[in-house]
Amino acid sequence: MTDSKYFTTTKKGEIFELKAELNSDKKEKKKEAVKKVIASMTVGKDVSALFPDVVNCMQTDNLELKKLVYLYLMNYAKSQPDMAIMAVNTFVKDCEDPNPLIRALAVRTMGCIRVDKITEYLCEPLRKCLKDEDPYVRKTAAVCVAKLHDINAQLVEDQGFLDTLKDLISDSNPMVVANAVAALSEIAESHPNSNLLDLNPQTINKLLTALNECTEWGQIFILDCLANYTPRDDRESQSICERVTPRLSHANSAVVLSAVKVLMKFMEMLPKDLDYYGTLLKKLAPPLVTLLSAEPELQYVALRNINLIVQRRPEILKHEMKVFFVKYNDPIYVKLEKLDIMIRLASQANIAQVLAELKEYATEVDVDFVRKAVRAIGRCAIKVEQSAERCVSTLLDLIQTKVNYVVQEAIVVIKDIFRKYPNKYESVIATLCENLDSLDEPEARAAMIWIVGEYAERIDNADELLESFLEGFHDESTQVQLQLLTAIVKLFLKKPTETQELVQQVLSLATQDSDNPDLRDRGYIYWRLLSTDPVAAKEVVLAEKPLISEETDLIEPTLLEELICHIGTLASVYHKPPSAFVEGSRGVQHKRLPGSAGSGESVESPDTGSAAGVSDAPPAVIPSQGDLLGDLLNLDLAPPATTTGPPPPTSSGMQMGAMDLLGGGLDSLMGDESEPLGGDLGGSPAMGAGFGAPPAAMPASFNAPVSGGLDDLFDLGGGVGMPSGAYSPPKSIWLPAMKAKGLEISGTFARRAGVVQMEMTLTNKAMSVMTDFAIQFNRNSFGLAPAGPLQVLTPVSPNQSIEVALPLNTVGPVMKMEPLNNLQVAVKNNIDVFYFSCQYPISMLFVEDGKMERQVFLATWKDIPNDNESQFQIKDCHLSSDAASSKLQGSNIFTIAKRTVDGQDMLYQSTKLTNGIWVLAELRVQAGNPNYTVSLKCRAPEVAQCVFQSYEAVLKN
Amino acid sequence: MIGGLFIYNHKGEVLISRVYRDDIGRNAVDAFRVNVIHARQQVRSPVTNIARTSFFHVKRSNIWLAAVTKQNVNAAMVFEFLYKMCDVMTAYFGKISEENIKNNFVLIYELLDEILDFGYPQNSETGALKTFITQQGIKGQVSKTKEQSQITSQVTGQIGWRREGIKYRRNELFLDVLESVNLLMSPQGQVLSAHVSGRVVMKSYLSGMPECKFGMNDKIVIDKQGKGGASDDAGKSDLGGGSGKQSIAIDDCTFHQCVRLSKFDSERSISFIPPDGEYELMRYRTTKDIILPFRVIPLVREVGRTKLEVKVVIKSNFKPSLLAQKIEVRIPTPLNTSGVQVICMKGKAKYKASENAIVWKIKRMAGMKESQISAEIELLPTNDKKKWARPPISMNFEVPFAPSGLKVRYLKVFESKLNYSDHDVIKWVRYIGRSGIYETRC
Repeated sequence: MTDSKYFTTTKKGEIFELKAELNSDKKEKKKEAVKKVIASMTVGKDVSALFPDVVNCMQTDNLELKKLVYLYLMNYAKSQPDMAIMAVNTFVKDCEDPNPLIRALAVRTMGCIRVDKITEYLCEPLRKCLKDEDPYVRKTAAVCVAKLHDINAQLVEDQGFLDTLKDLISDSNPMVVANAVAALSEIAESHPNSNLLDLNPQTINKLLTALNECTEWGQIFILDCLANYTPRDDRESQSICERVTPRLSHANSAVVLSAVKVLMKFMEMLPKDLDYYGTLLKKLAPPLVTLLSAEPELQYVALRNINLIVQRRPEILKHEMKVFFVKYNDPIYVKLEKLDIMIRLASQANIAQVLAELKEYATEVDVDFVRKAVRAIGRCAIKVEQSAERCVSTLLDLIQTKVNYVVQEAIVVIKDIFRKYPNKYESVIATLCENLDSLDEPEARAAMIWIVGEYAERIDNADELLESFLEGFHDESTQVQLQLLTAIVKLFLKKPTETQELVQQVLSLATQDSDNPDLRDRGYIYWRLLSTDPVAAKEVVLAEKPLISEETDLIEPTLLEELICHIGTLASVYHKPPSAFVEGSRGVQHKRLPGSAGSGESVESPDTGSAAGVSDAPPAVIPSQGDLLGDLLNLDLAPPATTTGPPPPTSSGMQMGAMDLLGGGLDSLMGDESEPLGGDLGGSPAMGAGFGAPPAAMPASFNAPVSGGLDDLFDLGGGVGMPSGAYSPPKSIWLPAMKAKGLEISGTFARRAGVVQMEMTLTNKAMSVMTDFAIQFNRNSFGLAPAGPLQVLTPVSPNQSIEVALPLNTVGPVMKMEPLNNLQVAVKNNIDVFYFSCQYPISMLFVEDGKMERQVFLATWKDIPNDNESQFQIKDCHLSSDAASSKLQGSNIFTIAKRTVDGQDMLYQSTKLTNGIWVLAELRVQAGNPNYTVSLKCRAPEVAQCVFQSYEAVLKN
Repeated sequence: MIGGLFIYNHKGEVLISRVYRDDIGRNAVDAFRVNVIHARQQVRSPVTNIARTSFFHVKRSNIWLAAVTKQNVNAAMVFEFLYKMCDVMTAYFGKISEENIKNNFVLIYELLDEILDFGYPQNSETGALKTFITQQGIKGQVSKTKEQSQITSQVTGQIGWRREGIKYRRNELFLDVLESVNLLMSPQGQVLSAHVSGRVVMKSYLSGMPECKFGMNDKIVIDKQGKGGASDDAGKSDLGGGSGKQSIAIDDCTFHQCVRLSKFDSERSISFIPPDGEYELMRYRTTKDIILPFRVIPLVREVGRTKLEVKVVIKSNFKPSLLAQKIEVRIPTPLNTSGVQVICMKGKAKYKASENAIVWKIKRMAGMKESQISAEIELLPTNDKKKWARPPISMNFEVPFAPSGLKVRYLKVFESKLNYSDHDVIKWVRYIGRSGIYETRC
C-alpha cells in the first residue's frame, strides 16, 4: 500500500485527468481517482469542480469507495447545494440497507451535509433510524439529531425529534443513552431556558445505571451532564456521589476529572459534619495525584484544575505537597503550573521543604521559571510569617548570584515583604542599593525606587540615588516615573532641607514636560498639596499603608465557583468563564455551585433589601442632619474624574509659583503651626490662578450657605407628582420592507405596569399572505428575551398592518453588546428568517423599586470610586427642577433628595436596572440656564452613557 | 466538542484534515501552523487560543496532531482522545511517521469517521474497530448480514472490547507487572520524593467470554481477610498479620474499562472480562516502603575555577541472587567542559560532549554490591557570571522484581459455557522494575 503517491500529483490539467478517471468504467480506476481527489482536498486544493463526477461514484456497493465519496460530499456540499440534492436518493436508499453499518454510515454522513434544501428530505430516514432495531444505528442517529439541530433548530423541534431523543435516554443500550445525553446536552445549551434536559431523579437513575456500562467516552458525556443537575436535598446528593466515586479509579483521566467535577459540586450540599463528607474528601486526593503521572499535556490540564480545587478546598491536597515538586525534565508548562500549586499549598508545616525546592529552581535555566520561583519565595514569606526571615536570607543569597533577572525579581518581591512586615528587614536595604545599576526592568526599578523613597530617612544618600534616576526621567516607563515622583516627594517630606531642588525638578518634569495625563495629574496633586497644606501632605503621602494580603492572585470567588462547575473543560484550563472565549449562544449560562444544606445563601446585595423597604417608607426618616450635610459636601468635594484640571499656567508663572509654593511649604513644614497658606500665596497672581483658588470644576456649593442647603434638602418627599408613565420613544422602522421580502417592522419599547414590552407594527408590503411569525433574540447585555411566543393570530394579508405587543423578560442569556443597549432580533415567517438589530432605551429596564434610602445612597455614592463617575450635559431643557423630577420619576428615576445652592437645584437620584445594577445621579439645574449637568456614578460605569441618553430622552419628551 | 482534527508533518504541511463542525474553517489549519508549528519560541502550552479558536496538540516524533474547537469542550477528553487516536493508528500501521500516515491516509479518514462523530468520541477500542475497519476496506460487503449485526452489537455492547466466539486450543495468559521507580534524592542522601508507578499488563489468549478475578497483596484486602478468616489463613502463612513485606499500601489505582469499578469500590475485588490479546489491566501508584534498588552517592569538588572533581558511588540494594541489567549513570558536566578523564571500577564510561554528560554503563550488577567512578573535568575559563545549574545525576536500570513489593496472589479464570477450568489455563507472571526519573542532586 503506498497511498502516499496521491499526495504528489501537482501537474497542470490535473482536474481534467481526474475527471476522465472518475468517469472510467473500471472500478479500480475510479477508486484511485477518488483517492487522489481526497488527497488534493486534504492539502487544500480546490477540487469542487469535480463534484458531479464524484457524486456519480456514490452508487456503489464498495464500502470503501462509498466512504470516500461521502467524505468529499461533506466537504463540498455546502458550496454546491444544487448538486448536493443528487445525493439525497442514495442516502434515503442507504438508510434502508440491510447492513446496519451502511445504514449508520448514511445517517452519519447525512447530518454533515449542511444544505438547507436537503435537510427536509432527511427527516424521514432519520426518524426511522432513531427507532432502528440495531443500537449502532440508533446511537449514530442520536448524534445526527444534534447535527440537524445545528443546521436548522426549528425543523428539529417541529419534527418532534427532541422527544424521540429524550426517549432514547431510556434505551436499553448504554452507548445509545450516552450519545443521546451528549446530543441533548448540546441542544440544551443553545436553549438555556428550555427544559429540554429535564433531569429528575428517574432520569438521573437511568444515567447512573448507564454510567457503569458504557464506553469511557460515554461515561464522560454522562458525568458532564450529571454535573448540571442540582439534587433536591443532601440525601440525594450523597447517593449520587456514592455512585459516582467508583469512576475515580478509571484509567481515562477525563472520566476521573469529570467525576471530580460532579463530586466537587454535589459536595457543597452535604453537611460538613457528615461522616461521608470526610470520607469523600479523603477519596478525592489519590486520583488527583495519579493524574500527575499521565502524559504531560494531561498533567497540564490536571494541574490547572487542581489549582482551582486547591483554592476551593485546600484541605483535599494539603498533605500532598511533594507530588508537586518539579522534575528536571518536566515540560515548562507543567513546571510553571506546579510552582503555582506549591505556593498555594505552602504552610508552616511544609515551608522548609518548599523553600529548599524553590531555591533549587531559582538556579535553573528557563528564565520564566526562575523568575516565578524567585517570586514564589517572596510569596512564601508573605504567606507564612515564620518563614519570612529564611525567605529574606534566601533572596539575599540569590541577589549575590548577580544573575540579572534573578536580582530584579528578588527586589520586586522584597518590596512586597517590606510592605507585609514593616520595620523588620530593612537591614537588607544596603545590599539592595548595591545592585541599583543592574536594574533595567521597569518593575524592578520601580520597586527599588519605592524602597528608597519609603525608607529615605534610613538611606544616607537617598537623594543621590533618586537623583541618578531623574537624569533619564523621560526615558523611563510610566510606572517608574510615577514611582520616582512619589519617592522624591516622600524624601522631601522627610528631609525637606536638602531636597528642595530635587522636588522642584521632579514636579516640573512631571507637570510640564510630560505628555502622560496620569503623571501630570499626580504631579499637580502633590504640588497643590505641598503648597496648600504641607502637614496634610505629610499625612497623605506618608500615611500608614494597609498591609498587603497573604494570598495574591486568588481567583475571585464567584468566578471560582463557576470554574469549579467547569472542571475538566477549557474554561478550567484558561481560568476564564466560557463566555470569555466562546462565540455564539453556546455554553454561556453562568453556572453556580449549589448552596450548602445547612446555611442559607448569604444575601449578596444588601442594597436590594433596603431599597425595597424604602420605596414604601415615608420620606420622614431623616438621618442626623449635620452628618448628612457633611457627607453631601464631602461628596461634592471630590471632583469628578472627567473634569480636567485647571489649565496649566504659562511656564513663567509656573516657575514663580513653584518657588513660592515651596517656600511656603517649607515654612510650615519646619514646625510652625500650620498657618493658612492663602496669605502666602496671595502675592503671586499666577499662583492664585493655578493653585490658590478652588479648581474650576469644584462645585460652587462648596461655599454655599449651609442652612439654605439644609432646608431645601428635605422638602421633596411629598412634592413629587404622580408618575406620568414611563417614557416610550416613538416607533421607528427597524426592518425595512426592502430587506425582508416585503415585511416591514417598525417598533418601540415600553415599560407598562412593570413589564417591558416590545411593541411592533408588522406591515405586509408583499403580494402574498404572511403567516407563522416567530421571534428570537440574540444574547444581549441585559438578558432580554421574549416572555412568550410572538402572538400573531391571523395571517397578514398584503398591505395589512397589525400591531403586536411582545412582553419581554430579562432572564435570557447575557452577552455584552456594543453599544450596550443593542438588541439583535431574528423574525421568521412563512417566507424566510430576517435579522435586524435595534436599540432599546435603557429606561425600559429601570425597575419600580429603584428608590434608594438616603443613607444607603450616601454610603454608596462615597463607596463608588471616583473613576466610575461620569458627567454629561443636557442642553436646551426648559423644565423646572420639580417638573424634571416628576418626569423622571415616571420613568423610574427617583429623586431622593434635593437642595438648592446659589439658585442651582441639585437633585440626587437613584435608579435600578433589572439586573440589580444601581445608578446614582446628581442632576444640577440652574434656574434660567437651559443646560443641565448630570453626574452619574455606578459600579458598572459602562451603563453611564446609556443612562444618560435615557435622561436626555425622558427630559426632552 | 471537537470541531476538527489536523495532522501535520514537522514542516507544518497538512497530512490529514478532517473538519467536524461548521464553525471551524479552513483558515484554522493555517492558524495553527503559523502560530504554533512555525512559532519561534518553545511551546509554552499544549492548549493555544488563536482568535477565539482553541487548539489542543500533541506531538509524536515529528508529527503534530491538533484538535480544534470553538466551544468549551472537555479538555481532558480531547487529550485522552488524541492519545487514543495515536494508539489506534499505531495498532493499525505501526509507528506514527509522515510516511506511514501518507501511506494510510484513506484508512485514517475511515477511522476518524468512525471514532469521532460530530466531534464526539465513539468506541475506539482497536479490538472492535479491527472487525469492521480493515486495511482492505472491502470486508463490509463480503461479510454476511449476521456477521455485521454481530459487529455492531459488539461495538455498542456492554463488552465493547471483546467479541464473542473466540477460540484457542491452548488457554494461556501472561501477566507482566511493570514498575517504574522514581526518586529524587538530596546530595546528603535524603529522600526528597519517591514513588512507584506500576502497570499490570496482561496478554490473554482465552476462549469464550471468560470471567477473571485478579488478586494481589493489597494491604486493605489482606487486612480485611486477616480479620475475617483469621482461623483458616493464619496457619498457612503469615498473611493474616499483614506484616510490612507481605502486603503493600496502594495509594491509588486506575483500571482498564473492562474492570467493574463499582465492585472494586465496594469490595475491592478486581473482576473483569478481559479483552483479547495485550492490554493494560491496571495502573497503580505507591509511595510507602519502596525498595530503592540503587543508591547514588555523589561527590563534586570544585578545584579552582577550571577544574571539577567528581566521584560517584553506586550501591545496589537488593537480594544478592538477583541481577540488575542495563545500568546507566548519567553525570552532567558544565557547558564549558574542555576535557574529561574518567576511571571506573566496572563497566564502561565515556564523556559525551554533545550531551554534556559522562555516561557510565554497566551491563549487569548483582545485589548488595558497590561500584565507583571518578572523573576529572577540565573547564574553560569563562566570564559568564551565571553559575552552572548542576543538573541532577540520573540513573537507568532494570531489575527483576517489583520495587513496590507488589505480588500477584492469584488470577482466576471462569468460563461457564466452555469446558475448561481455571486449572487448565497456563499462566505466566513476570516482574520488571525499571527506573523512571531516578535522580540524585549533587
